[in-house]
Amino acid sequence: MPAFSAPVQNLVDELGRLPGIGPKSAQRIAFHLLKVPSEDALRLAQAIVAVKERVTFCPRCFNVAEGDLCIVCADDRRDPSVVCVVEDPRDVVAVEKTGGFSGRYHVLQGALSPIDGIGPDQLKIGELIARIEPEGISEVILCTNPNLEGEATAAYLARLLQPLGVRVTRIASGLPVGGDLEYADEVTLGRALEGRRVVESAAPAQTRPARADQG
Amino acid sequence: MSHFRDQGVVLRTMRLGEADRIITLVTRNHGKVRAVAKGVRRTSSKFGARLEPFSHVSFMGWQGRGDLDIVSQAEVIDTFRVVREDLDRTSVALSMLEVVDLVSQERHANPPLYVMLVGALGALARQPSPLLAPAFFLKVLALEGSAPVLDACASCGEATPGSLVAFDLLDGGALCTRCRRGRPLSPGALDLLRRVLGGGLAGVLAEPRSSVTDEVASLAIEAIEVHLDRRLRSVRAVPTG
Repeated sequence: MPAFSAPVQNLVDELGRLPGIGPKSAQRIAFHLLKVPSEDALRLAQAIVAVKERVTFCPRCFNVAEGDLCIVCADDRRDPSVVCVVEDPRDVVAVEKTGGFSGRYHVLQGALSPIDGIGPDQLKIGELIARIEPEGISEVILCTNPNLEGEATAAYLARLLQPLGVRVTRIASGLPVGGDLEYADEVTLGRALEGRRVVESAAPAQTRPARADQG
Repeated sequence: MSHFRDQGVVLRTMRLGEADRIITLVTRNHGKVRAVAKGVRRTSSKFGARLEPFSHVSFMGWQGRGDLDIVSQAEVIDTFRVVREDLDRTSVALSMLEVVDLVSQERHANPPLYVMLVGALGALARQPSPLLAPAFFLKVLALEGSAPVLDACASCGEATPGSLVAFDLLDGGALCTRCRRGRPLSPGALDLLRRVLGGGLAGVLAEPRSSVTDEVASLAIEAIEVHLDRRLRSVRAVPTG
């Protein structure tokens, strides 16, 4: 015997498919939606429709985009010669929040993971290589996650990119600002030591030398 | 429901929820352990890079009622950083981890397997060798009681020197001229296989890459895949060169 009427059951089932939402949470959300004024619920429905209709992936960098190019690619104040390679559109947001990067991005949409059977063909790697020459890219920043998959991806990309004559850099690994040295793990602290830099007496200018080795 | 201390190597990690991961470790005294590391994906996590695959750690776990334990503290014994930072060695190590993950059983201690994995990762960090992973696979087979027969024909028992010329996994080892089936086996490869399983490992690992080592490598991969009854994903998906 079905516990709810068909439309409610349907809503519960659909909500239950969302990540991190189990059957109980789905039920709770469904009944919340039943209770709120219909314009509130419809706003949610319309937001979903709008996202699915209007948002696509940027044909150049595979970031999420509305219309043709994504916001970053469409902005001609951005430096076209530097490309920051990230795994996921959320990483673009994270890098953008630093305000310290003025080039463009390339979103791989994942990372190499041999154990899960994810190889280079499932990522936007060919598309990255194809951008180098026509866009006149002179530096590629490998900004993948500093975990096993991200490091493997960065090492693989470095191997592909170096013969093309572009400068390949890897983001630094180090201690989180506001952290405690005592609790730093050996790998991170080791890398932080390796990547140390000379303390400059003048105010840190934008011309500080970037380390150009690959992780 | 109790705390336990053990040492283990991280085999794989899986995302869980917002910032956690399920860590699979092969441990000395508790076999394979699957445990939740809370908050590891945050940059401010106390675990940091300690619970990445390959890490050899001494850890404290909490075993609850369910099948997932919780990692409460972890200290590094060795991170095998050289392995981690070299793509080729990473892929070799991943294939070994995959095999150990498939062979080990949860909460069923298998100290020799653990010791072998730690030894193999250490060897890989010191000096890569084309036969390291194949030798590891063969040793795992031997540990599982499925080592190939190499002293005499696996079918008829013929043991005259020079008579073993073929290898077939269904028969369980090398075959003589009369019983030949499966793939051909060169004398050089037979010698390497015998040395791997007969205590001459150090010499075998010093062998430079050649057609003979390639033969042994493909044979070892096939043997472990037949034993596990599945293909190794990390052997093929790995991009090299």
